[in-house]
Amino acid sequence: MSLHSAGWREVSRAAPVFAALGDETRLALVARLSSEGPLSITRLTAGSAVTRQAITKHLDVLATAGLVSDVWRGRERIWELEPEQMEAARAYLEHVSKRWDEALGRLKKFVEA
Amino acid sequence: MKLHNSTDRIEKEIVLRAPRTRVWHALADVEQFSAWFGIKLVGSFAPGARAHGQFELAGHGEVTIEIAIERMDPESRMSFRWHPYAFEPGVDYSSEPTTLVEFQLEEVAEGTRLTVVESGFDRIPAARRAEAFHMNDAGWAEQMENIARYVAS
Repeated sequence: MSLHSAGWREVSRAAPVFAALGDETRLALVARLSSEGPLSITRLTAGSAVTRQAITKHLDVLATAGLVSDVWRGRERIWELEPEQMEAARAYLEHVSKRWDEALGRLKKFVEA
Repeated sequence: MKLHNSTDRIEKEIVLRAPRTRVWHALADVEQFSAWFGIKLVGSFAPGARAHGQFELAGHGEVTIEIAIERMDPESRMSFRWHPYAFEPGVDYSSEPTTLVEFQLEEVAEGTRLTVVESGFDRIPAARRAEAFHMNDAGWAEQMENIARYVAS
């Protein structure tokens, strides 16, 4: 397959997603938006040891990777998850996963022969 | 965290209609492992030991794969570390994080249940993952050709 195969385009899209997720605070933010739905910056900061300013920076990194987006509701900025980008990030693991399926298929033939 | 797990690890389970001893030797014996894995590995499979292999990858020439064995519990567990798809010629991957591959064997009525877990993907740099994805594409196309040749011969 060539460099320009569909798979490669997919992972080119996924690369910034992995970089954005390579941080515990950002992972935690994504996890919260995933389980609780859209949240305001106030809600996201509440009970956190991390400052509102720092949280905003992390959310901006996630937004650049296309993982989250924000809308203004009145005077509040509401953040929500963009599920499509999360799917792109999973594509890489699915690929590695397929490789294991193939290898184990060969192992099965090998030991059952 | 569930989300963390979903990007960090791959887990596989397969029931093999073969005795546990047979499956263990297919994993623990370097030559047998090479036969089904599809890459000729040289070295020994013992805790702390390393095995390596070289193969031709379409468009990339000869590339090296290295496996660092961690655990060898006869007929029960085997684990090793490697650099997933660290195939780019001329690049030194030794200082980069590895993934851990763990095999676990269990006797069941039909034969042997084998569980494979590869973990640590979250620590692999994003650029490497992108590269690996591409190499994987080329690598496995080549692998499939090898298998087709082997089966046909």
